[in-house]
Amino acid sequence: MTDASISGPAGKPQLKKTSGSLLELDKGTRRRNAAEKRFRIYGMAAVGVGLIFLLVLLFTIVRNGVPAFTQTFIELPVELSEAKLDKSGNRDVEEIKKVTTFGYSGLINDALAASLVNEGITSPFKKASDLNKLVSSSAAAQIRDYVLANPDQIGKTVNFEVLASSRVDGYEKGRVTRVALVNDKNLDAAHLDVADQLKAAGTLKRKFNWAFITGADASESRPEQAGIGVSMLGSLFMMLVVLVLSLPIGVAASVYLEEFAPKNWITDVIEVNISNLAAVPSIVFGILGLAVFIQFIELPQSAPLVGGLVLTLMTLPTIIISTRASLKAVPPSIRDAALGVGASKMQSVFHHVLPLAMPGILTGTILGLAQALGETAPLLLIGMVGYIASNYPDGIASGFLDPNSAMPAQIYEWAKRADPAYYERAWGGIIILLVFLMTMNIIAIILRRRFERRW
Amino acid sequence: MYDSPTLETKLDTKNIKIAADNVQVYYGETHAIKDVSVQIQEKTVTAFIGPSGCGKSTFLRTLNRMNDTIDICRVQGTILLDGENIYDPRVDPVQLRAKVGMVFQKPNPFPKSIYDNVAYGPRIHGMSKSKADLDQIVEMALRRGAIWDEVKDRLHSPGTGLSGGQQQRLCIARAVATEPEVLLMDEPCSALDPIATGQVEELIDELREDYSVVIVTHSMQQAARVSQKTAFFHLGNLVEYGDTSQIFTNPVDPRTESYITGRIG
Repeated sequence: MTDASISGPAGKPQLKKTSGSLLELDKGTRRRNAAEKRFRIYGMAAVGVGLIFLLVLLFTIVRNGVPAFTQTFIELPVELSEAKLDKSGNRDVEEIKKVTTFGYSGLINDALAASLVNEGITSPFKKASDLNKLVSSSAAAQIRDYVLANPDQIGKTVNFEVLASSRVDGYEKGRVTRVALVNDKNLDAAHLDVADQLKAAGTLKRKFNWAFITGADASESRPEQAGIGVSMLGSLFMMLVVLVLSLPIGVAASVYLEEFAPKNWITDVIEVNISNLAAVPSIVFGILGLAVFIQFIELPQSAPLVGGLVLTLMTLPTIIISTRASLKAVPPSIRDAALGVGASKMQSVFHHVLPLAMPGILTGTILGLAQALGETAPLLLIGMVGYIASNYPDGIASGFLDPNSAMPAQIYEWAKRADPAYYERAWGGIIILLVFLMTMNIIAIILRRRFERRW
Repeated sequence: MYDSPTLETKLDTKNIKIAADNVQVYYGETHAIKDVSVQIQEKTVTAFIGPSGCGKSTFLRTLNRMNDTIDICRVQGTILLDGENIYDPRVDPVQLRAKVGMVFQKPNPFPKSIYDNVAYGPRIHGMSKSKADLDQIVEMALRRGAIWDEVKDRLHSPGTGLSGGQQQRLCIARAVATEPEVLLMDEPCSALDPIATGQVEELIDELREDYSVVIVTHSMQQAARVSQKTAFFHLGNLVEYGDTSQIFTNPVDPRTESYITGRIG
């Protein structure tokens, strides 16, 4: 109605007449179109560069890491000689325990020599003990464990599949060459000739190595035995701590800040500081954890519990920020609708707003967890890095409290070690870590797709 | 010229449901509602009209204290519902809103099933003892919302899947399910097409038998069609309040006349 009074016969503003036909582009249009085209090319180039980096990264990881998943084994019939293992002959485990791994290496050397003779392999070595370097030093422990578990097998010949030493394994994977062995006191070129013949005879084989995924870390001198399994458990226990602490605390804090807190300078300050916390370098959280959790509260060092607490501090800001964003995304009309039928503020939040924000909250939480899973720096400061000699934690409590490592810390530790066999394992560890991260991200995407609602 | 105030008193045989006296509303520094005093009758449709930003929606929201959710909003004056001041510190706004229901401008069903939308209010107020009870309440509300026939076969499909007009009637059904005494409607038809608007208007006319309905509207034709009483707001003031027929045919205040003839607004 108002419009009617305004739109009088005031007259249209006279447009400047444009000359030329519509079928021809004028100068300005041409320039604009060219600019648009240029911008698209810039964009595509940027995306292309990113893709190339990603492909190079993935290719390098796969190429360097995949060999870590296979390992060279030697099949060996070992005679568990009664004379050496159980002199008294009464199969008393306590007595058998007195024979150390040193006693078993003799058996292995003899078994190797015997198997060379059996296969008709000519060996340049005079003594059986010279063959020792072909086999991992873990083999003696492996056989000893078997004997202690099955004392009745003493006196018989049992087939074992023992790990080849890391140099032999490296030769099989093309990492070790004869030329490189000239200065290497761990293995001679002559050993490689024997290894080649063993391979031809089918005794020496390269197989998928489950122990890499499930096993524990090993000492510097036996990379062939090292696995990421125990640090995987360490990561798991840390993530449990992070999830159990950061999800409820983060959601409660964001719901309060977003829905209930009065908007005043105190909440403004809190808000700014949460954003700041999200940008604090993770190593700062590490040193805070060292000072507070280990030195002040005196929680055990290197324990996944402490690691989880530190990572919780780090993850909280991420979860709070993403939760608040998803709470904000719930349209206010839903809150009005609930209040309008006489729901209390809390009912409107818990019955309507929170369920609608749930996919966003879960996505944010999983992404926060994924970030925490890949975090290394704070773990360095609380001692979750280094050679953890202990094997699998026995039970839940020890899982939280015993010293352990975490996957990224284990990878860092391996990459630090001198032996190139460990370098290969570091890449392999990265593949496993990436598989975990990708799985978590895919779960986040599925959750978001599945529970996303429209209004 | 009729002496309209006397005419009004003569016709007033109904009870006063809501009596607002000297209500002031401030948004921070802004004085949004100035000195509004109005008496709303029961079982009547009262329309609030006026140009955008005149405060009619704000005043509507003071009637069930929805303004409480806005931090910077302050209300002064008294609003009596059945003689009780709803701004008394002892009053819990949640309890008040169960008595004074509200329908919003944009249809806002919960993203749940049609049944759950209507059942939500009765559930949180503990109005039903059994499932059968609740079923009955839901059916009653949907019938009153004049939408039962359209949705009775798909009560468990989502409420957001309905058309705009159906959604708004569902929202009205949801509002009446808690058996309020007053129903506030904030431009309930502004997002609807003419046919849906017609259906909702018809529904409002039926609701008058049980509730007092207060409706904010931009459309003067709508006010003329559905209401018995009309209040004209301008710049935060209540300019004129009276019988709808009188406001539209014989306004007392020159501003009202300018507005309804289209000279301001």
